[in-house]
Amino acid sequence: MLEIINAQKTFLKGTPNEHQALKNLSLTLEDGDFTTIVGSNGAGKSTLFGAVCGNFMLDAGGVILDRKDIIFMPEHKRARMIGRVFQDPMKGTAPHMTIEENLALAYSRNRKNPLGFAIRKKDSDMFREYLSRFSMGLEDRMDAKVGLLSGGQRQVVTLLMCTMVAPKLLLLDEHTAALDPATAEKVMNITKEIVAEQKLTTMMITHNLKSALTTGNRLLMLDSGEIILDVKGEEKDKLTLDGIMKLYSQKKKKELDNDRMLLN
Amino acid sequence: MALVFGSLQLGLLYGLLAMGIYITFRILNIPDLTAEGSFTFGLAVSAAFTVAGHPILGIVFAILAGALAGAVTGFLQTGCKIHPILAGILTMSGLYTVNLCIMGSSSNLSLIANDTLFKLSYDLFGADKDVCKLIVSAIAVILVVAVLVVFFKTHIGLCIRATGDNEEMVKASSIDINVTKILALAISNGSIALCGGLISQYQGFADINSGVGILVVGLASVIIGELFTRKRSVTAGLISAIIGSVAYRFIVALAMSSSFFPAYALKLVSAVIVGIALAIPAIKGFQETRKLKKAQKASYTETVTAQQKGDR
Repeated sequence: MLEIINAQKTFLKGTPNEHQALKNLSLTLEDGDFTTIVGSNGAGKSTLFGAVCGNFMLDAGGVILDRKDIIFMPEHKRARMIGRVFQDPMKGTAPHMTIEENLALAYSRNRKNPLGFAIRKKDSDMFREYLSRFSMGLEDRMDAKVGLLSGGQRQVVTLLMCTMVAPKLLLLDEHTAALDPATAEKVMNITKEIVAEQKLTTMMITHNLKSALTTGNRLLMLDSGEIILDVKGEEKDKLTLDGIMKLYSQKKKKELDNDRMLLN
Repeated sequence: MALVFGSLQLGLLYGLLAMGIYITFRILNIPDLTAEGSFTFGLAVSAAFTVAGHPILGIVFAILAGALAGAVTGFLQTGCKIHPILAGILTMSGLYTVNLCIMGSSSNLSLIANDTLFKLSYDLFGADKDVCKLIVSAIAVILVVAVLVVFFKTHIGLCIRATGDNEEMVKASSIDINVTKILALAISNGSIALCGGLISQYQGFADINSGVGILVVGLASVIIGELFTRKRSVTAGLISAIIGSVAYRFIVALAMSSSFFPAYALKLVSAVIVGIALAIPAIKGFQETRKLKKAQKASYTETVTAQQKGDR
């Protein structure tokens, strides 16, 4: 379970470029929730992920993951519980190391002995079997440098690295946005499969409203650092593309009306 | 014959330096200038212990001294967020004073009258002096290569390699990159200081200026070594660094014996070799672009002439 309580973050405080990225944002995710997050650029989606992962300190508020207060935990310690896939396929893997070595690095995140061999035969067999499930031909290329793989293949490898040891929370930051439509769909299906199988608590940022609607059991819409729409379960299933657009413009208009009132 | 033996001995000993440079330059992807200081650090510590009658302890403490120097640079880089090159320069210039202090504030320390590791080996192996020196050098290199090859196959070794490859990803894999960087720098400089420690006992003296330009020597060895191996694994890289170091010593010995260059030209020649070797990718790219341009021009002229013929 993930709880974000009254999270506040302002970047460049006290300068003309001051930007309030999170305004008192509160959110509770139940175990196994698969939440999609939509919102325009600068809405605070990635800031929200950054706050959970510990890229920066929040100005105020708390983050509780798996009943542990992680607000003061350094980034690399949180990473033990959180898997994160970025939009940029280059970011999640080490290009000059082989697929096997990349997987081994991720797999050993919970291992205690730092001087133990990184890749044992047993692990190697397990990686191969795991890779073969996704029929991308990666299992025969375990010794290939990851830098030689296509963007889609690299995203799949990253996804596997994040989920091989089940994380308490999986964060997907537009992880299919840099891929061609066919590959994006394939990676999306693999994502759904893994999340469903391991019942991972997941948050996924996407600009693709269609996949936001068809994926997961909950949908959040963010705007200027606030959650302006939160639908789950049946309510979300009923939501259509038109419906969501209408809701968005309604919320936006109300805001504009408020501004107008202020100005008048 | 003396040339072959001398080059082989020096090449193997300086191979330890080359491996240290390889770890920072190729694995960690940081050119680490601490090398110039830590080499002399090892040299001075080893010499001081030898004068006191403990040549073997001298070697052990030389390694520790180098590792400490590397850890300091690592802390400056990670804890204090100082630019990697500047951090190395700071440690290096600080070490100058430390080294002078160890050598009893004289810039030169002679070990002629003392038992060195190599002199001890004459009695132990009972062979020709040159052969004994070669055996000692070879044993040192083999030991260090074995330890490093195994180390880079362990979990922490893998983490160090990944740190040089993609920091973001390592952070996301719950590894503290500060720890991996400090550790890698300590290991690298430990190896470099071991090289310095052996060199001082090999040549029978320690000089405060021995470390000047040593980074370039190490880089030259690493780059020359890469010409000999096609595989780009860490094991291949470490071994090729040794091969490169031996090759470099042969090149230097030949250049010097040909009396074409004066002895003091050594550093300039090394710097030119490294400069050219590092520029090879750029030169290749330039050549390829030129070839492409030529080919395109030719096909363009062909199309134009064909068109003109058609117009007529």
